[in-house]
Amino acid sequence: MTTPDEQSILTILEGVPDPEIPVLNIVEMGIVRGADVLGESVTVRITPTYSGCPAMHAIAMDVEARLKYAGFSTVQVQTVYDEVWTTDWLSNEVREKLREYGIAPPEGTSSQRALDRAVACPRCGGRATVMKSYFGSTACKALHYCNDCEEPFEAFKCI
Amino acid sequence: MSETIQAADLTRDIPAEIREPFGAYLLYLGDDALVLGHRLSEWCGHGPTLEEDIALANIALDLVGRSDALLRVAAQLEGKGRSEDDLAFFRDATEFRNAALVELPRGDFAFTIVRQFLYDAYALPLYTHIAANATGALSGIAAKAVKETTYHLRHTAEWVRRFGGGTAESKRRAQDALDELWRYTGELFDEDAVTVALAGAQWIPNPSVLRAAWSETVERVLDEADLAAPAVKHHFTGARSGRHTEHLGHLLSEMQIVARSHPGASW
Repeated sequence: MTTPDEQSILTILEGVPDPEIPVLNIVEMGIVRGADVLGESVTVRITPTYSGCPAMHAIAMDVEARLKYAGFSTVQVQTVYDEVWTTDWLSNEVREKLREYGIAPPEGTSSQRALDRAVACPRCGGRATVMKSYFGSTACKALHYCNDCEEPFEAFKCI
Repeated sequence: MSETIQAADLTRDIPAEIREPFGAYLLYLGDDALVLGHRLSEWCGHGPTLEEDIALANIALDLVGRSDALLRVAAQLEGKGRSEDDLAFFRDATEFRNAALVELPRGDFAFTIVRQFLYDAYALPLYTHIAANATGALSGIAAKAVKETTYHLRHTAEWVRRFGGGTAESKRRAQDALDELWRYTGELFDEDAVTVALAGAQWIPNPSVLRAAWSETVERVLDEADLAAPAVKHHFTGARSGRHTEHLGHLLSEMQIVARSHPGASW
């Protein structure tokens, strides 16, 4: 087996979907922070989106399974905290995927968040929306309602 | 936690001269988050509205996750081969270092929210200081706590205002909760051997500075809510050194029973 560099590990991990938002993979979500390869062993560093993200264990098992399938004999997953996950890491392309999936993407940056500004409805694009609760079905989402299309929707918190 | 996840060394930035007292201090913070998170989780499926049920469960999850990270660092500092799960599930009540405030039974919704508000107003300046003054993993763990506590506090402060400005019943319940809880808040700012040993270190805030920041937030919100801060001469103390109320043992018996009935089990 040739020794793949970090980039090729990341390319493999782009095939691992986020368990709660399967339309995104764990690399573009910013959960994977890096990887070290030593022969047939690989160590992958991941960081949680939220302190209590319950998907971390599922993600670690998916990472292990995917890399073992790719031929690595030893896979370690380390949780790291040095860099603090932020929605600022989500590219415009990722935000568009979220919107198409039906989740309003974070708008702006976490330091200048549009908290009090109405979020655009991911279905009709209207801004006649209200936040119903800052707490949603997962830690990363808030509950909103669109008065234009009269549908509830979820929006990614901007943190 | 899954056995696939290995613990990175989260302690390497911690200065050698503060490692021992800092390990003890992390139990204060980690146990506060764990015990309060467990208390909040008792509401899951019992919240007064669906949105509030989800909110309390979300906040509980953030706190349990916070304790998971903090206790992992504490276990690494201790260096006895224990994991964060060992600390959470295999210590007895006298070994826990949480403040009594967080172990009191959940009470009614007003009691739960007022207690959470009093904790959030303490946690925000505390973790803000650590995020800005610590380095490495601790700074990152604290910065996550700041992001999350910011909206927890916004949520609980909003409820405190609604209680105070709502009906006579909601106001009475909120004031009753304050009257009961107030004497347990002083312990959050006690000077003890651990905080004195860390006094020269920049990593943790001075307790009196922390108290001033807490008071500013609490007084402002209580004023807006037209609720009164009770006058209390003596505050409860001792939980941080293991002398807890009777309530912690009952909480732990429920929280720990699965882990203790099946030691070493993984799933």
